[in-house]
Formats: sequence, C-alpha cells, structure tokens
Amino acid sequence: MKTSFKLAALVLVLGLSACTNADRFGNSSGQSAGSVANAAADPSSPAYFQTTVGDRVLFAVDQSNLSDDARQVLVAQAAWLMANGAYTAIIEGHADEQGTREYNLALGARRASAVQEFLVSQGVAGNRLRTITYGKERPIAICSDESCYSQNRRAVTVLSAGAGS
Amino acid sequence: MRNLASLCLMMLALMALPLSAQERDGPLRITITEGVIEPLPFATPSFIAENAAAREFARDIAQVIADDLAGTGLFRQIPPEAFISKVSSFDAPVQYADWKAINAQALITGAVSAGSDGRMTVKFRVFDVFAQTQLGEGLQFGGSTASWRRMAHKVADAVYSRITGEGGYFDSRVVFVNETGPKNARKKRLAIMDYDGANVQYLTDDTSIVLAPRFSPTGDRVLYTSYESGFPRIYALNVATVTRRVLDDQPGTMTFAPRFGPDGQAVVFSLSSGGNTDLYKLNLASGARQRLTSAPSIETAPSFSPDGNRIVFESDRSGSQQLYIMPSGGGEGQRISFGNGRYGTPVWSPRGDLIAFTKQYQGRFHIGVMRTDGSEERLLTSSFLDEGPTWSPNGRVIMFSRESQGSGGVSTLYSVDITGRNLKRVTTPGAASDPAWSPLLQ
Repeated sequence: MKTSFKLAALVLVLGLSACTNADRFGNSSGQSAGSVANAAADPSSPAYFQTTVGDRVLFAVDQSNLSDDARQVLVAQAAWLMANGAYTAIIEGHADEQGTREYNLALGARRASAVQEFLVSQGVAGNRLRTITYGKERPIAICSDESCYSQNRRAVTVLSAGAGS
Repeated sequence: MRNLASLCLMMLALMALPLSAQERDGPLRITITEGVIEPLPFATPSFIAENAAAREFARDIAQVIADDLAGTGLFRQIPPEAFISKVSSFDAPVQYADWKAINAQALITGAVSAGSDGRMTVKFRVFDVFAQTQLGEGLQFGGSTASWRRMAHKVADAVYSRITGEGGYFDSRVVFVNETGPKNARKKRLAIMDYDGANVQYLTDDTSIVLAPRFSPTGDRVLYTSYESGFPRIYALNVATVTRRVLDDQPGTMTFAPRFGPDGQAVVFSLSSGGNTDLYKLNLASGARQRLTSAPSIETAPSFSPDGNRIVFESDRSGSQQLYIMPSGGGEGQRISFGNGRYGTPVWSPRGDLIAFTKQYQGRFHIGVMRTDGSEERLLTSSFLDEGPTWSPNGRVIMFSRESQGSGGVSTLYSVDITGRNLKRVTTPGAASDPAWSPLLQ
C-alpha cells in the first residue's frame, strides 16, 4: 500500500486537473515538472495512463450506466492494463453532493462496479481490480452547480504497483 | 394548574385552543396563532447555595435549567433583573403576588449542597404562580459535582414533564461527525457531546473518513462507518472505554449504514458486493448474519421500529429513492412514500408513530415526517442541503445536518420541533454533520 501511495502522488501532479484534485491522496508532491514530462512520455508509465489513456469516466445524474465516451476510455484502460501486467487498480466510485450520504455510497459502489465489469469484459483479470465507493465524501470540484457536479460523478481507476491477488 | 395543563393539550393538539383557556381572562393564556404558541413565561431564580462549596454551581444550574426550557420554544425566561421577590431559602413561602406581578406563570426554585467528597445534591420545586400551588412534589438528585450539568438537565426534564405531560429530552447526548478542512479534502472524526453542545469529547482521530454514527438503545455503544481499513466498514465503539471493533470484514465487500435494533444485539446494515447494495442483519452475540433483501436495487438507510418488529429503509427499486417497511426478519417491503421527489434516510420515531426522512424535490432538500403508513406527510425544513434526521428521546424534536452551498460549503447541526417550529442552530465546536441523539441517559 505504501508503494501505491507514492505512485499515486507521482501520478497526481500530472493530472490536467491536478490544481483542483485532492482526491484521497492530497496535493503534496515533490516531483519536478521535468520528471513529470518525461514520465508522461513513457507509454508504460502510470502518468501516461492517467493523462493520455484517461483514468476516469463520468456519469449522468443518479446513473451508473456507461456512456459511449466512457466505453472508449475504458477500452483504452483495458488495453493498457493488459499490456502492463505489473499493475493492479482500485476503481473509486464517486457521487456529486446532490444526494443523501448513504445512498451516494451505494451509488458510488454501483459506478465503480460498472467500470470493473466492463474492464473484465475487455479481458482484464478480475483479481487485478478492486472497487471502493467514496459516495459524496471526496468531490474533485467543489462548486455547487452542474459544472462541478458533472466532474464529481465519476469513477477513477487508480493504479497500484504489484501483481493481482 | 389548569392553565399549565392546557399547554400540554395544545402541544398535543396544536390545532385548536382549548375552550377553557380561551374563556379565561388574565395573563396565563397561551395563545396559538396560525400554529404558533405564545411561550409560557417562567422564572428561575438562582438556586440557593446551602454551603460554601455549592456556591459555584447554584447560579449555573439555574441557568442551564432556564436554557433547556427556553430552548424548546415553549417557554420564555423572565430575566432576573425583573424579579421583585428574592428567594433566600428553599423552604420559605412563595410570594405569589410578586411573581404574578412580573407575569411569571411558572416558578422554579431550588437548592444545591456540595460536600468535600465531590458529591452534590440538587433539589427543586415547581409552582403554578397563578393557581398559587406547587406543581407536583419537590424532588432531589444526587451526583458528583463534575456532573452538575446533568443534574440541571434532570431538573429541567422533570419541570418540562410536569408542565407538558410529555417525557423530557435534556439529559441526553448527541454523537456526530466533526468536520475540518476544505470540501475536497474534508477531515472527519467522531465526537460526542451533551444535547446542548457542552462536554464535547472526540472518539476517533481524523485520519480516516467516519460517517453516520448511531447510539445503542442504552447509549453505551455507537455504531458507525469508517474507512480506517482503506474501505468503508461498519464498527462498534464502546463510549466509556473508547475502544472499537470492526463488525463485518469480508474482502471484496463494503459495509455501511449500521443501526442497532431495540434489543441492543441486532444490527442491521448495508453490504455492497459487485455493485449491488442490500440489507443484512447481524447478531452481535452470536455473530450470525442474515440477508434481509435480495434485489438488484439499492437498499440502505435502515431503521428499526421501537418494538423491533419492522424495519423502514430506502430503496430505488421503483426507479427512484423511496421509503419501504418490511418485517425485521426480511421479506416483501411495502412502499410508504408516494409524494413528489425522492425520499431517503428514514428514521422511526421513539414513540413509534412517525417516520422522519430527508426529501429531495426540485433541487431542494427537506426534513419531513409522515405516519408509518405514509399518510400525513409534513415538511419541516427547506434548504440547499438538509439531511439525516435524528429524534430526541421523547419524539418531539428532530436534529439534522444542514450544509451551505458553494465551494466554501460548511455543514452545521440544526434542530426543529416536529410542528416545524423553533428551527435553530445546535452549538458545536466547528463544523458538524450526521448527528444521532441518544436515549435519555440512565
């Protein structure tokens, strides 16, 4: 787990949305911009996965079905995961703040599971993927209108180093 | 006496003014105008310190009693500056005329004595000034000086009970989630306090997200959800020892929304597996686990009826979040919410007669109540985000979380009477969410 936290911190600074992205790993990182650019250029790097492949898909209000855009991203995620067998992933399901706390936990679980099932259907071994729900506890965008809500209704595939269990 | 009793009738009915009160002349009339009660004026002179050690508590105890009563919205404290009479001894005759002159309809007198062993005694009497009689017998409570606030709350509960005919709720505690940090990196920790915000104690640190605590039927334990394992799981915490244990720890599943049954042994909760969330019941003594629902929909936010026979919960099996009641052993649920919008977080009232809930409708959140068959729905509040009602021990007041809008949004606790009156902020140190009210303390 310690390794995955370091890795995630590295990945985090690369994200286009890193300026607002706290997720569960916080904003702290000592990585320089130079090493970031180099890392992202390597197609087998987690940075490449996050920025070029795309680590997240978005959902409509109160929905967990995958849009065509989401499926495209997940097809690419599956291909990357199959090409880079040294990584496992935790899929985080999130909801926007327009819902009650426990319902949103269940909704986030549904979203994470929808992504997991799709990745497995594309050939990723199920034992490399775990799911977790954060409900509305970890919004990435903090305003109270649709421009933020649409970013918060998401499932994020967070890589960890290490073979599946 | 008749007049104080009429307040009780009005609290129960709130619809019509009893004829006897309407016909009566004089200042003790309690007027209801469009559902608003004129609060009953009362006087609480400083309690008599019967020895030197009691001096530091005598005035504060009277003030806590006054705050409890005035906080209900049913009573109004007459400021001590207005008093004509001085109460110099607990047993001296009451000068009714002096209290009548300042329109004190109820008078509460008391005395405190404290020993060098850290023990103290608080005694009190209640008078109906206009009837010129004592209301019930005098009572006394004993305890440690450290628990002086509890003794004040017990006195206030007794006074409230005598005047309204209902059980009190002041000698109670609230467990809640203390919140710090920005909206996208909120830190949460479990905290417990007296119902009025005093004596705050933290039960967890803020390194893991904690959510939605609930008291056991005797208030000795708290169930909650924590991410301390990395995944949401349900825990039980012993309040006295502040020790906790995980209740369900199966890899590949997540558990949340735990609630005690009235026997203190049954725990009903949600378990998510493969994206599907259903309700389960766990027996704490035997460890036996029973699945209560098996639907592809979301089933969560359960709450036992006070007799333990039924469970109200929320489900989106109809396509949107609605409330259902099923037998506590599981089985077919019967939908009870049929109004416009979405309904969640149902909580059965301790009296058994009402279900409190959160309703979402047209972009607003409301706290409301309905009868257990879904009839007589009434919305008590409205805001950008109200959620998570919890009942006072006597079933008259509901506390809930209210979060403000926008990037600087902050959650605070509010309470409201089940009539919809007396909406007010609950004192907490910093931001707070997910309150759960204890039963009356033992």
